[in-house]
Amino acid sequence: MSTAELTLTEDGIPLKEKLAKTTALQRRRALLLTLPLVIFLVVSFVFPIGQMLFSSVHNDKVSAVVPTFAEAIIQWDGEGLPSEQIFEIFVKDLAAAKKVREIGRTVGNMATRINYEMPGSRSLFTSTARKAKKIEAPYKENLIKVNKKWANPTIWLTMQRAARDITPAFYVAALDLKYDENGDIVRADELYQIYLNNFIKTLGVSALITLICVVLAYPVAYLLSVLPLRQANLLMIMVLLPFWTSLLVRTTAWIAILQTEGVINDMLVFMGFISDDGRIQMIYNQTGTIIAMVHILLPFMILPLYSVMKTIPPTYMRAALSMGAKPLYAYRKVYLPQTLPGLAAGTLLVFILAIGYYITPALVGGEDGLLISNLIAYHIQKSLNWSLGAALGTLLLAVVLILYWLYNKLIGIDKLRFG
Amino acid sequence: MSAESPLVRFENIQKSYDGEILVVKDFNLDVAKGEFVTMLGPSGSGKTTCLMMLAGFEPATNGEIYLKGKPINKVPPYKRGIGMVFQNYALFPHMTVAENLSFPLEVRGISRSERETRVKRALDMVQLGEFGGRRPMQLSGGQQQRVAVARSLVFDPDLVLMDEPLGALDKNLREQMQYEIKHLHEQLGLTVVYVTHDQTEALTMSNRIAVFDDGIVQQCAAPAALYENPENAFVANFIGENNRIMGTVKNIDGEHVSVTADSGDNIVAHKVNIENVGDRTTLSLRPERVFVSPEEGSVDNVFSAKVEELIYHGDHIRTRFKVCGHDDFIVKVPNSAKHSALQENNTVNIGWKVEDCLALDA
Amino acid sequence: MKKIINKTLISSAVIATLAFSSAQADDITVVSWGGAYTKSQVEAYHKPWMAQTGNTVVSEDYSGGLAEIKAQVEAGNVTWDVVDVELSDAIRGCDEGILEVIDPSILPAADDGTAAADDFLPGSIHECAVANIIWSTLIAFDTTKYSTAPTTMADFFDLDKFPGKRGMRKSPKAMLEMALMGDGVPANEVYDVMSTEAGIARAFAKLDTIKDSVVWWEAGAQPPQLLADGEVSMTIVWNGRIFNAIASEGQPFGLIWDGQIYDLDLFVIPKGSKNLDAALDFVTFATGTQPLADQASWIPYGPTRQSSIAKIGTFHSDASINMVDHMPTTAAAMKNALQNDFEFWADNQDQLNERFNAWLTK
Repeated sequence: MSTAELTLTEDGIPLKEKLAKTTALQRRRALLLTLPLVIFLVVSFVFPIGQMLFSSVHNDKVSAVVPTFAEAIIQWDGEGLPSEQIFEIFVKDLAAAKKVREIGRTVGNMATRINYEMPGSRSLFTSTARKAKKIEAPYKENLIKVNKKWANPTIWLTMQRAARDITPAFYVAALDLKYDENGDIVRADELYQIYLNNFIKTLGVSALITLICVVLAYPVAYLLSVLPLRQANLLMIMVLLPFWTSLLVRTTAWIAILQTEGVINDMLVFMGFISDDGRIQMIYNQTGTIIAMVHILLPFMILPLYSVMKTIPPTYMRAALSMGAKPLYAYRKVYLPQTLPGLAAGTLLVFILAIGYYITPALVGGEDGLLISNLIAYHIQKSLNWSLGAALGTLLLAVVLILYWLYNKLIGIDKLRFG
Repeated sequence: MSAESPLVRFENIQKSYDGEILVVKDFNLDVAKGEFVTMLGPSGSGKTTCLMMLAGFEPATNGEIYLKGKPINKVPPYKRGIGMVFQNYALFPHMTVAENLSFPLEVRGISRSERETRVKRALDMVQLGEFGGRRPMQLSGGQQQRVAVARSLVFDPDLVLMDEPLGALDKNLREQMQYEIKHLHEQLGLTVVYVTHDQTEALTMSNRIAVFDDGIVQQCAAPAALYENPENAFVANFIGENNRIMGTVKNIDGEHVSVTADSGDNIVAHKVNIENVGDRTTLSLRPERVFVSPEEGSVDNVFSAKVEELIYHGDHIRTRFKVCGHDDFIVKVPNSAKHSALQENNTVNIGWKVEDCLALDA
Repeated sequence: MKKIINKTLISSAVIATLAFSSAQADDITVVSWGGAYTKSQVEAYHKPWMAQTGNTVVSEDYSGGLAEIKAQVEAGNVTWDVVDVELSDAIRGCDEGILEVIDPSILPAADDGTAAADDFLPGSIHECAVANIIWSTLIAFDTTKYSTAPTTMADFFDLDKFPGKRGMRKSPKAMLEMALMGDGVPANEVYDVMSTEAGIARAFAKLDTIKDSVVWWEAGAQPPQLLADGEVSMTIVWNGRIFNAIASEGQPFGLIWDGQIYDLDLFVIPKGSKNLDAALDFVTFATGTQPLADQASWIPYGPTRQSSIAKIGTFHSDASINMVDHMPTTAAAMKNALQNDFEFWADNQDQLNERFNAWLTK
């Protein structure tokens, strides 16, 4: 049947085959054109994200420093203290590691890794390593003689966990959990819980920023879409102005305006609304973060709204009015629904940008205006706990993806209109 | 409402957008109940502005508009109860066809069941009974147009305004829709004020046509009167095809004028709006009123003309002559045996009657 | 004309290339904390060393921490040659293998012939680092705000007796120790108390008492500015920075040495420095007797060599200021002073940072 129904070209080759041949060059050329972008995306996006996902679960600082011990301790049953044999391997490995000065394979690296899970244990490793060469059999007894902390089973349980290269430990920390002395995962002490609350705060602040942006951007976008071209262009320039100045300059300007000795407070004092002692704290706190971020993100809300509103001809409103609908009703039933794609795009854009915003809260956030990205930056830049930073980053990515998924479920990604 | 009082009255309406130029200069028009009145004119002539003032989307700068005898300048559009069909239909894209039709009924607080019957009736009226559940974008242009018409009628308005409603349709569909709208008008006894720049459309559909130019109504009359008896050169030119010969009035004799064409030929014409001997005049002649090789004595003006071009149109042959100094003189020659002998570059006699040659302003 | 321009362009390009390549060979990048501190180092270390060797020092600023060094070393692209770091970072960086080992035998003997090992203060030579200064974290206050000057660490935490905003560093390091000293713990017992959970809780509880009045700062240049702007009336500050504001700018600031926490700053060389020899030469030169003494005439950070202390002169721009009197190492300043315990912080800073951040946002 196939031969009978296959359409053939004049020279007897099946039409499909011939078509594929003639278009092959075109397709190859199209592919070639996108190749630079594909390579760029792989190098600048896919690869780093893969790296991040990997380093959030992978940390080989124990197995790289004391490899023999790492293999041995994984076999341990976790009861009481490990055997004399494991102690011997540990002491010898530690003595060997002390000589190593290779990056990422020093005793210090391992000590830092264990210290993440068992705070205060860092110096135990570094000080013991200095003496490891001189420790002799019986190893268990002598090691404990060097420092009695070695008699604590928890340190060995922690090392056992850390000896595995693939570990959930950083997600445990990122979710405000911890391992207790028996190695079970429990909630961290309330005094040390920062990440979950900050995630919630970040979501809340981002939602508030998005809401303020909607309220402020909607009328502006509407005005833009109905003004005559000349005025609309002028207004558009004013909307885009923030894009043309450096983020730092803008943020610094906000500091000058909002600080307690700043322009707004001076004016309020001058006009007698507040006393000189009653100056309002508007920056270095959450208020400052919200004000500055709304300013920075506003164009991302206005532009999609504007691009959608511009395509809505005024005749729709006129039609609704002519049918007897009062202006407000006509607006709600006819105009508003048609701007939803732009509203949705702007909302998604602003919310996702806000959730990952870093520099503005860092500059004007003070102590309570810091968002989750600032904590990630802290771990990447200051504490150097890159794995924890990566785990937090992955969680942030997951939150964004979940939101995106929810959005697709509720509104539909095909409804999105950015311009 | 008294029998004399028209449904719509424009009284000395003037409109300016910028305070310098009047786009509508002095507009007066009465529309009687049940009438189909078309405002016809080139773009920028002020016709759409007048419609928008009637709908309430533009305020009149001066003058007053009356609806059912009441001044409505201060009545907002949503209280005027006027149905409207827009150029690009303005069907709400986020609603189904039925929801679109239901909208004006909802606004009026009509019950759901009543709404459903009326929407169905309106859709049936435009032969779109099964399309209620579709979105406007899923319909063809003609179907969208019908929905728009149905929507403007569903709430039984006193008056329906149509702003170039057929402009976006192709020729065949446009003609078909013209008849449909005309039939609806007749069946339902609608009062329609219609705006178009298409004179054929205006002639086909209207009871009366107001011809706009430059913010002024040039002539307002029934289609036949406009065609047969245009009151000035603009109307003659704008409505239907005509040949124009420029000349100077030599002599006025009652209804007849002798005109010396710029070529020097002497033409006798029917006086319309010229005043004095020596005035410049435009002579207007419909192409179908010119006879080729007329019988001796049957027409008043006979000239020798050279055939420049023959264009075959089936039922007639469109012939371009050179005559009286013009080489774009068009004559529609009936496709009959008598005239099949016309050849390009031949010279023949053509002629016309006095009453078909109108002497209008220059 | 064109030719001349071309020639000029080419020759200047050649010169630039030559200059660049020759400079590259002996260019070292020295990184420090900026402001008045870097200024003192440029005057006392960089300039004489450049004059002596003909090499060039490029000075860069940073705000502390090992992050950049770690990033450079791990990427195998080390552009920093010498970095001025805190003790805890020097130890940790050395432990993690991202710093070059510095052989102490290359350090020159003192002017008077004392061997380097004996000349340097105890604890200032490490496996990977050589200390150059002793600096201090202490309290400064605006003298115009108080009729009776505050004198103790306890006064800093007493908002009733000394009202006004307080400036503190946004870091648990030194702040917790000061809170305990403010709560009456003598300097020599602070770390014993802090090594218990109850001690940490006590420190945070003390911080709680002033939390609402605290303005947190991050960079060393901020606190003198906060004081000068009137944003705070008392602040924790680094002694060199505040001295500069008092001596150079004549600001009315007073100091409280009670409860000061002193620490070392050290020179380290990131592992894989491309100019290791030049970097080592710079470090040995800069930590020599005379440069250390010279540096102290620009900023009151104590030199780490005994032989330098005797050579400390007057403030570079005001001969009436005897720099020795402003050092954190004077007998008066040391009465109730605490040395920062790097090992405590290496063990606990991750955990205490988390707790501190959680506490801040509570």
